Amino acid sequence: MAVYERTYHRYDGPLTTRRRRFLVVPRYALAAVMRSRAFVMFYLLCFLPPFAGLIMIYLRHNLSALKVLNLPLDRLREALPIDARFFSASLALQGFFAFLLAVVVAPALISPDLRNNGLALYLSRPFSRSAYVLGKLSVLALLISAITWIPGILLFLLQGYLEGGGWFGEQWRVLLGLFAGSWVLIVSLSLLALTVSAWVKWKPVARIVLLILFFVMNAFGRIMEMALGTWWSELLSMRVVIQTVWANLFGIAPPTGMPAGAAWTALVAGTLLCLGLLFRRVRAYEVVR
Amino acid sequence: MSQRTSETGHQVPPGAAIIELDGLAVSLGGRAVLRDLRATLAGRCIGLLGPNGAGKTTLLHTLLGFFRPSAGTARVFGKDIRTETAAIRAQMGYMPESDSFVAGMSGVRFVRLMAELSGLPPPAALERAHEALFYVGLGEARYRPVDSYSLGMKQLVKLAQALAHGPRLLFLDEPTNGLDPPARRRMLELIRSIRDGGEARVILSSHLLRDVEECCEEVLVLKAGRVAVYANLEAERRANRRLLELEVRAADGAPAAPAFAELAAALGCECAPGARQRLKLVLPDGVEARDMFRLAAGAGLQIRRLDYKRDSLEDIFLKAMEGDADGRV
Repeated sequence: MAVYERTYHRYDGPLTTRRRRFLVVPRYALAAVMRSRAFVMFYLLCFLPPFAGLIMIYLRHNLSALKVLNLPLDRLREALPIDARFFSASLALQGFFAFLLAVVVAPALISPDLRNNGLALYLSRPFSRSAYVLGKLSVLALLISAITWIPGILLFLLQGYLEGGGWFGEQWRVLLGLFAGSWVLIVSLSLLALTVSAWVKWKPVARIVLLILFFVMNAFGRIMEMALGTWWSELLSMRVVIQTVWANLFGIAPPTGMPAGAAWTALVAGTLLCLGLLFRRVRAYEVVR
Repeated sequence: MSQRTSETGHQVPPGAAIIELDGLAVSLGGRAVLRDLRATLAGRCIGLLGPNGAGKTTLLHTLLGFFRPSAGTARVFGKDIRTETAAIRAQMGYMPESDSFVAGMSGVRFVRLMAELSGLPPPAALERAHEALFYVGLGEARYRPVDSYSLGMKQLVKLAQALAHGPRLLFLDEPTNGLDPPARRRMLELIRSIRDGGEARVILSSHLLRDVEECCEEVLVLKAGRVAVYANLEAERRANRRLLELEVRAADGAPAAPAFAELAAALGCECAPGARQRLKLVLPDGVEARDMFRLAAGAGLQIRRLDYKRDSLEDIFLKAMEGDADGRV
């Protein structure tokens, strides 16, 4: 199809491998997301807690730097424990930022394609529905990874290096908790957000639905738990379920009386439900019965 | 990152089957939309005709793998739509009927994205996107967001995204919908130019007989989900060239149809009187229209009017629509 000839010619050059073609979607989506200055400012804000964690770890190992302030160093050492609870708490804080990020980004991922019949164009190519969902999922996965497990593991490595001795061996579960816990959050949160984006075509409404699913269900579960005195109602709270799973991974005490098995089951069931709902919606054309 | 093996395959030999419909049936929402379709489509540009709801778009969507057949199957370039969907899609370009685009992107970025999804590496995709947009005639507008395009521009950008990855087969679903006359003419010119280039075969779905007649060599008429007619328009046109309608007058202007009919019958023509003193002739093999002029000149008669029958597609379509409820004629 040379411009100077102005005729149609077929393409016979090299092609990308089909397995990695889903990566085209996040490349374009991330470029679109990063065009917004407000989003970039918000995203930079998400890196403040890991930066604060970096300073805490530095101070923990350089207390002499605080000598100039004439502070009681022994108490400070006790006040700055860098252990599983520290990393679990920092992951919980980053989890909240991850939720806000999903609320901002996810509604713009699938609903515009459904509204503008874009799915027919994606799926008329050698590009499957799974690749489409994986591509959209990886947009959130990349953004959330950068603020959860990547800085978490870097802080863990720094702490282990500064602590020395057998710290890595003693705290291996923290590494598991950081990595696996982050991916539990990434997969469950992203699938929930994408499902809402696929079923609610209007972006502001999709954001409200996500906030309701998170905060209102959380409050409702809490109220029911207080009224009935049972942890069953806490299964409605995504926050409690994920934190129970994290506690199980980090090997620390769970936030409520919910057993880890119940939390895992609820999480897997919720994720599968989202996946089913998502694939039901991601079609080139909807058949109206 | 890249593989050398092309997914789009090689050139289709002229006359080779592009699509084979083998008892294809599709039910959607419990309703039979396509029923026992059987045909072998082989032309460079094939028109898919039928009234609204006949199943044209459903057939295209089934061939693209959007809907699963409830019975039978179809093959595109010999590949089964049930088992080789990805390989089939790699060879296709699809221009949907409805507005379809990815919001928030410029025209060139949109077409580039679509080319990359078809497997082109980013630099090649960018180059092809510009070429495709230039080819369809979208100039500087390619840098504007697709959302802001007029209907005609949206049709053009849809055609560009269908072409950018260089497919062997193009599915164009109502490409002239909503276009003003100049834009429609330009769209049909593009389709003809793709057809004549021979690099891609075209399936043109439309309910506008004129669009199909101007572009297509073969036509598949659907009625109530069945194949009503599959005809080669070129052959029909050639057949119709044998049918002439003449107005013959003597030197003084008096009607001379009966006298001319006798002369033509001597040449082996079948003659029948037409309206307004005209004469209808079916020419036998070896006799051409110019022989009629020679005959008239020899007898001192004047041929004042000579018409070929030109509304062949409309005839085919109307005949198909007059068939029984199941669409058989």
